[in-house]
Amino acid sequence: MSEGLTIPIGPQHPSLKEPVSFLITLDGEVVKKAVIELGYNHRGLEKACESRTYIQDLYIIERVCGICSHAHSYAYCRCVEELAGLQTPRRAEYIRGIVGELERLHSHLLWLGVAGHEIGFDTLFMYTWRDRERVLDLLAEIGGNRVNYGINTIGGVRRDLDENICQHILDVMDGLEEQIKYYAELANTEATLIARLAGIGILTRDDVIKYGAVGPVARAAGIMDDVRIVEPYGVFTEIKVNGVTDDHADVYGRTVVRIKEMLESIRLIRLMVKEMPDGPISVRAPRRIPTGEIIIRVEAPRGEDVHYLRSNGTDKPDRVRVRAPSEANWHGMKHMLEGFHFADVPIIIAAIDPCYSCTDRAIMLRSDKGDTVTDWESLRRTGIERYKKMGIDPSKIRMRTSGV
Amino acid sequence: METVLSIIKILFFPGLLFLLVAAMLAEYIDRKACAHMQNRIGPPWYQPLADVLKLLGKKTIIPKNAGKALFRALPSVSFAAVATAFLSIPVWGSHAVVEFEGDIVVILYLLTIPTVCLFLAGWDSHDVYASMGSFRTLTQMFAYEVPLFMVLLTPALIAGTWSVSGILLYYSENPLYTLINIPAFIIALIISQGKLERPPFDAPEAETEIVGGALVEYSGRYLAIFRMAADSELIVVVSLLAALFLPFITGIAWIDFILYIVKILALILILAVLKASMARIRMDQMLHFCWWVLTPIAAVEIIVILIVNGGIAL
Amino acid sequence: MKKIKKIFIPGKIVARAITSAFKKPATIKYPKSKPDIAPGYRGRLIYSPTNCIDCMMCMRDCPTGAITIKNLGTKENKEMHAYLNIGRCIFCCQCVDTCPKKCLSFSQDIMLSKLNRDNLTIEL
Repeated sequence: MSEGLTIPIGPQHPSLKEPVSFLITLDGEVVKKAVIELGYNHRGLEKACESRTYIQDLYIIERVCGICSHAHSYAYCRCVEELAGLQTPRRAEYIRGIVGELERLHSHLLWLGVAGHEIGFDTLFMYTWRDRERVLDLLAEIGGNRVNYGINTIGGVRRDLDENICQHILDVMDGLEEQIKYYAELANTEATLIARLAGIGILTRDDVIKYGAVGPVARAAGIMDDVRIVEPYGVFTEIKVNGVTDDHADVYGRTVVRIKEMLESIRLIRLMVKEMPDGPISVRAPRRIPTGEIIIRVEAPRGEDVHYLRSNGTDKPDRVRVRAPSEANWHGMKHMLEGFHFADVPIIIAAIDPCYSCTDRAIMLRSDKGDTVTDWESLRRTGIERYKKMGIDPSKIRMRTSGV
Repeated sequence: METVLSIIKILFFPGLLFLLVAAMLAEYIDRKACAHMQNRIGPPWYQPLADVLKLLGKKTIIPKNAGKALFRALPSVSFAAVATAFLSIPVWGSHAVVEFEGDIVVILYLLTIPTVCLFLAGWDSHDVYASMGSFRTLTQMFAYEVPLFMVLLTPALIAGTWSVSGILLYYSENPLYTLINIPAFIIALIISQGKLERPPFDAPEAETEIVGGALVEYSGRYLAIFRMAADSELIVVVSLLAALFLPFITGIAWIDFILYIVKILALILILAVLKASMARIRMDQMLHFCWWVLTPIAAVEIIVILIVNGGIAL
Repeated sequence: MKKIKKIFIPGKIVARAITSAFKKPATIKYPKSKPDIAPGYRGRLIYSPTNCIDCMMCMRDCPTGAITIKNLGTKENKEMHAYLNIGRCIFCCQCVDTCPKKCLSFSQDIMLSKLNRDNLTIEL
């Protein structure tokens, strides 16, 4: 093979679920250099949040990520509640906790299946997704939808858990625990699985600190960064989480951490269902939020999810900033890829459980010639002129303002 | 009359037509069995035929840089080699359509042609994924070829003949000698997954890494022919394994045919289990596995057989 | 960093795979058999105009601007109509929570696809 064959992975590639581009330069079968290009998926959701009311933003924030929808909306709700000085009822926090742990279960099961698919182990993929379907059905019963549960609202939760649902949750947990123990055994003993996962995508303890990785990637290297433990919030101030760490620091370690976290989630769900207090599920929230700014951290299935909110006393936020967990994990990706086989590239990428569209934000590049900042109006003017040159006149299209 | 009968045998039964039907059914059984093992429903029985018909109706796109004649010829060459190899394997009764002393060697060489065609197809496509795929195809061939040939020749060593039909006849007279071939049979089962580029040895066409490998630029009817060649290769390999390692025949032609169907069905199911139960292993792991695990076992097997053979001869 | 050095046997999942082959598949043949929908699943909205006071709170809170309430009669003699653009609706049912008179509710009807873009706006 010629020296330095460059192979593009993406923007469209079967192993990528969303568009992102990797340029892999190979030396034989070994990755010599990896160039990562993000930015195919910018949705402008932070800007969209600024032009809508707090209630409407709830549903935009919920759609930041298809998998950690609860973690994002929970973080956002906590931001607004802290600014408005609301005290959420204990029962609401328990319900949020249960939904959050169910979400972790379905996210990790999804990841295990995707990892199986990336290394050509389709049977594992089908089994884990079958089990994930039971969690999704449960979430649909609790929240009303499979993925965007819509359980959170500002000041509490929207739906209560009755006896039947609680019993159903416990029943499903019994079945799932058996399955997940089987996957744990499989990960410990299946030769081909270990052969493909162990020793690749290494990000050691020092590298984790250097690149600022979060979530299972950090925990696989022995760093306990679980927000539920280091900075307990909501229900986790009452219910203690047993943290899971591993010392493999590779893809195998991340697999083990995720499987053990699922078992821990099942324990937490059982405990929370048992200990759930009675009482109201929400308090009335004001439409206008007092001026202030706040940063809230929530443990999403993929790691630490940071939300920043600045209010200006109206019913619309002044600034919303979402730092999804994947964003922190991207920085170490280049380091993880280089030096390993080309065949390992998909599974190393998948091992951080990447979420591309959660990550993409507009950035401003600073150069010596001075910055150019384009505001909303002039961006629109530029767009209209550009399309006029192409023979289309979009100036009649009304600019969509909030809500309507 | 003799010529007409030969043509019928070659074109219809047990030749080309039978091979095509069997190949499609084999693909269906393989996919359905896999689906059920993965707790899915799986495709309906006509799915392989529907796939081929759909591909035949699609537009064919040939890359600009590709050699047009080679690009068009490769699928047919690949399929022709497989179909020719099938003629030397006994299906109806204990005799093949074409049989001569040494046909097992010819079958083995004909079976390498599809792999070489696949390599050339990828090489000719001038695409990074296709080149990667064709390089992996070739590397994998060097890995499995030696142990595969060694284990497939062990039955011939005992039987003392180099003809598949001859081997079949020898073992039907001395069925106990098949027991000594069991280690070779197990290796042959594992290695045929590599030969057929099925999981866990499907690195040459790993769709999550190199987007399907060597055939990435193929479309339309050429892809359909390549797929039929791959399916037929499964039937040929399985039939060869059945003839060499499960040589139980009665001498009555139609019973033998039913036995043959039962044997290849069982083998296809075993291969489907192998396919469903493992993760795809990397190219370097494949090389290591073939050269350091399978080849020594096969060599020991051959030495044992030579000693036993000497014992029989004495 | 820990390294794994033990030798393991592959094909650990075979037993589970063979037993699964004789179980009922977890998937369904979709268009022929209908999926189970949870009782609380949020589907198409239902509107009962009797109590509606035309406060338009649902329109104000709708994140996508999918719902429209129109009074086709006069102020005294109300004739309320609700229109929903199901292409825009994200089935969050915030309008159901917002409505002060509980005129809106949701059904479990999720088979809402249309062949024509113009048919996407339906009257509730």
